[in-house]
Amino acid sequence: MATPVGTDEIRPEDARERLSEQDAPVLIDVRSDQERAASYIPGSIHLPMADVESRLADVMPDSSRPIITYCAVGARSRRILPTLAALGYDDAVSMVGGIVAWQALGYPTESSSTLDDEKLARYSRHLLIPEVGIEGQERLLQTSILLIGAGGLGSPAGLYLAAAGVGRLGIVDDDRVDASNLQRQVLHSTAELGQSKAESARQSLEELNPDVDVVTYEERLTAENVDRILADGWELVVDGADNFPTRYLLNDASVWHDLPVVHGSIYRFEGQATVFKPFKGPCYRCLFPQPPPPELAPSCAEGGVLGVLPGVIGSLQANEALKLALEIGEPLIGRLLLFDALTARFDEVTVRRDPNCPVCGDDPTITEYVDYPAFCGVLA
Amino acid sequence: MTVVRIPPTLRDQTGGRAALEARGATVRDLLDDLMARFPQLRERIYTEGELAPFVNVYVEGEDVRTRDGLETSVEDSATVILLPAMAGGSKAPLAAPPPRWRPLPRIRLK
Repeated sequence: MATPVGTDEIRPEDARERLSEQDAPVLIDVRSDQERAASYIPGSIHLPMADVESRLADVMPDSSRPIITYCAVGARSRRILPTLAALGYDDAVSMVGGIVAWQALGYPTESSSTLDDEKLARYSRHLLIPEVGIEGQERLLQTSILLIGAGGLGSPAGLYLAAAGVGRLGIVDDDRVDASNLQRQVLHSTAELGQSKAESARQSLEELNPDVDVVTYEERLTAENVDRILADGWELVVDGADNFPTRYLLNDASVWHDLPVVHGSIYRFEGQATVFKPFKGPCYRCLFPQPPPPELAPSCAEGGVLGVLPGVIGSLQANEALKLALEIGEPLIGRLLLFDALTARFDEVTVRRDPNCPVCGDDPTITEYVDYPAFCGVLA
Repeated sequence: MTVVRIPPTLRDQTGGRAALEARGATVRDLLDDLMARFPQLRERIYTEGELAPFVNVYVEGEDVRTRDGLETSVEDSATVILLPAMAGGSKAPLAAPPPRWRPLPRIRLK
């Protein structure tokens, strides 16, 4: 079927033929840097739309040479033609259907990125965002993030980080899937009742995205194993722990390993999230120097939690983790975000680094692991 | 009157109220006013007459410990947030009886 074309257009079949002739026209790619990096037609010159007026004369001094322009689907490359004419380049046509039609015909393209076609398709909505783009996506694929807990918070955080293409995800959880988990822990399903949470999480995450390498630790974080686990190549930690001893242990370890922690906690209708970046901002002990005595610290198992609440807070944690990995935006360092699901209201309070903090302060008094269950007043 | 936000971990002590109006020119006055009306709050937020180390109070988003502590002055229009540490998660370190069942209020559709 012949594609109807305007007088200022050329079909990809004809373009390809003309490009192989002697005195071939100059092929100009008018797309963005991101699009160019994903794939381009060999031999083409890259000149993004916005740069045409200022750079065309440098790139191509001879205005009498014929030009073929192309973009993704042929709209922008046609729209730029009057600009070319105004600059004196009036022997120019636009390739109908752009590189999409070119590729559909099986004609060759090249790519300057390590992302194959499957990844380009999977992460296309990331690639369109200038703050992520090809470079950011390649970076995510090489990022290692450790999740403490595959429960309420770890579920949405893990799912979104895996979907985003974080290349390596670690999961620390010694628990098994229980019926009471399924109201909110969306990594697990009814068929996985009784299974290891870490293993169930691994299956879900790898099914969602086979690009992700999931590493499981079917153990409870303790002073004995924390150094081994944190030293396993992790760049940041998402804390979805469910108890104070683990939170204080993780805090001290992350300060000593210089690993940022994306913190989240939930109870009934309210959640909190913040980022602890060692020495750049406060740590958990700067925020709460001591845990409450156990009788004053109700857990979700006692007080309950709205099922969707960890979905909100865990997603915020994933958001912060991605920002830290990509080094974009303003991370929640030194800011504690409070969310009340009942009023649908966010509040923010300032958290300052305490120069007298026993762990990250100027003159630390705690320099090795303590007995965390005893510190928190609970029996191990 | 200043509005003090009550976190969910303290609402059992305030009859379920998420925000309370309190009278006072300093944080100490405000908390004294609240604890006079809700005596069970005291053991949750005070240790030996001072703010417990596991409870933070924020006035206009700033931790009062970085200001003048309990003597930090409070404007009538200020937002005050009470915030005890919460571990947040799913496993109970302690056994606890389930909460007493209470009937939900009936909603009648016309």
